Amino acid sequence: MSFLEAIISQTFLQHALLAGVLAGIGCGVMGTYVVVKRINFLAGGIAHSVLAGMGIAYFLGGSPVMGAIVSALTAALIIGWIKLRWREGEDTIIAAVWSVGMAIGIIFIAKTPGYSVDLMSYLFGNILMISSGELYVMLILDAILMVVVAVFYKQFLIVCFDEEFARLRGVNVELFYLVLLCLVALTVVLLIQVVGLILVIALLTLPAAIAARYQKSLKNIMMLAMVLGIFFSCAGIVVSYEPDLPAGATIILIAGISYIIASISSRAFMRRKPAKS
Amino acid sequence: MKPDTIIKIDNVSFRFDGPLVLDHVSLNIAKGEFLGIVGPNGGGKSTLLKLVLGLLEPESGAISVLGKSPRRGRSAIGYVPQYAAFERSFPITVQDAVLLGLMGKSRRIFGYANADYQSVRNALKETEIGDLKDRLLNTLSGGQLQRMLIARALVSKPEILILDEPTSNIDSRVEEDIFDLLKRLNERSTILVVSHDIGFISEYVTRVACLNRTLVCHETSAISGKTIEELYGSPVHMIQHSH
Repeated sequence: MSFLEAIISQTFLQHALLAGVLAGIGCGVMGTYVVVKRINFLAGGIAHSVLAGMGIAYFLGGSPVMGAIVSALTAALIIGWIKLRWREGEDTIIAAVWSVGMAIGIIFIAKTPGYSVDLMSYLFGNILMISSGELYVMLILDAILMVVVAVFYKQFLIVCFDEEFARLRGVNVELFYLVLLCLVALTVVLLIQVVGLILVIALLTLPAAIAARYQKSLKNIMMLAMVLGIFFSCAGIVVSYEPDLPAGATIILIAGISYIIASISSRAFMRRKPAKS
Repeated sequence: MKPDTIIKIDNVSFRFDGPLVLDHVSLNIAKGEFLGIVGPNGGGKSTLLKLVLGLLEPESGAISVLGKSPRRGRSAIGYVPQYAAFERSFPITVQDAVLLGLMGKSRRIFGYANADYQSVRNALKETEIGDLKDRLLNTLSGGQLQRMLIARALVSKPEILILDEPTSNIDSRVEEDIFDLLKRLNERSTILVVSHDIGFISEYVTRVACLNRTLVCHETSAISGKTIEELYGSPVHMIQHSH
């Protein structure tokens, strides 16, 4: 059965593509902030610590997605608060949250009685198993991201661009920084549904990093990154279907190859458009 | 307090962790002044500006800006930092960066009003970088970036303009241009400028404050080799100029 026949008859494929689109929207918007604010490592810390929430939720018989949301937000607030409080300790605390979170998750999963959970699907995602309930959660997360970013676009821009100047213009820098980290945390949860927590960082940052090479403003980078994020996710699902490859890993490979091509070709692109003096 | 005192620094002391950086500094700045603050490196110039801006809190003493605390009064201040505190590679055009100077002034949530764009056009024209408005920041020269920082500070039409070494990274011809611009701006704003170049700024400013932990003020005409020697602790080459 070819992909085109399958997409019409198989709901799991329709769900997967829909999840790809929803993930692409989130990674386009928030990935742009992660790239320009240079908080890749921070986002990585949040992503990996999410295993704690998933493990605890699994142990207690709750929903892993809800566990992921709670632990992602907790990790974001811990890292953000410590960074604001003691500026220099940032990378140490990120590393600690990163691995302590995973350790907690592994212990809870190991101690859960009965049939052992498929750890691989948490770590590397399983987009083909996505349920309609999880799709609704993704839709709500996207809606939250879009509304908050649209309303506070200027505040996030000035906080990312120049914190000292933001403070002088009366912006509550600490508050908006923490809100930004919480939105990154929600995006991480969104993307984990598609590529799992280990591969999240690539999907979060590569579309925005490519877009930043071609666009001049944050808004335009977000738009292009969204298109690229949707394209990578859907292309990964399509390409992986017939040879039966892991979808999450295929998505990341396509994004990575595109990033390399964009890095090489954007230099030529910029050379052809020399800056006017 | 005289009715036209716009910034009042009263007996302010400050230290980071260690000896006093500022030792019982008092200074009143009147509306319409063009005050230059000079002094050696580490003399506390930038620290004093940060206290006036409410970015630091004094250990003792008090500061008021327009009769309010610095945190409340600073919306009336336009600030030009010594070093751009942002990444030059940040994806933002000159126009968009200057628009951010209206933060807190423009009440629009989505986008900006026509009046906001007009304010930006005026600020860019005044700083002579109108033709650069669509350029990314990382394509600007040092002098152009400095003008962008001044435009960003001007766009909110501040009553007070505070500049920290506005010409430290640019050549002397551009330095003159920038001080000529400040002189024009002084017709409507009170200006407070930090500089290490006492000989140069005394041509422009109405008063000079010499800061090296403690503060001594002079009318520009009264600056002599002796004051400079006291301040820097060694004779400084000085160029004679008329006022």
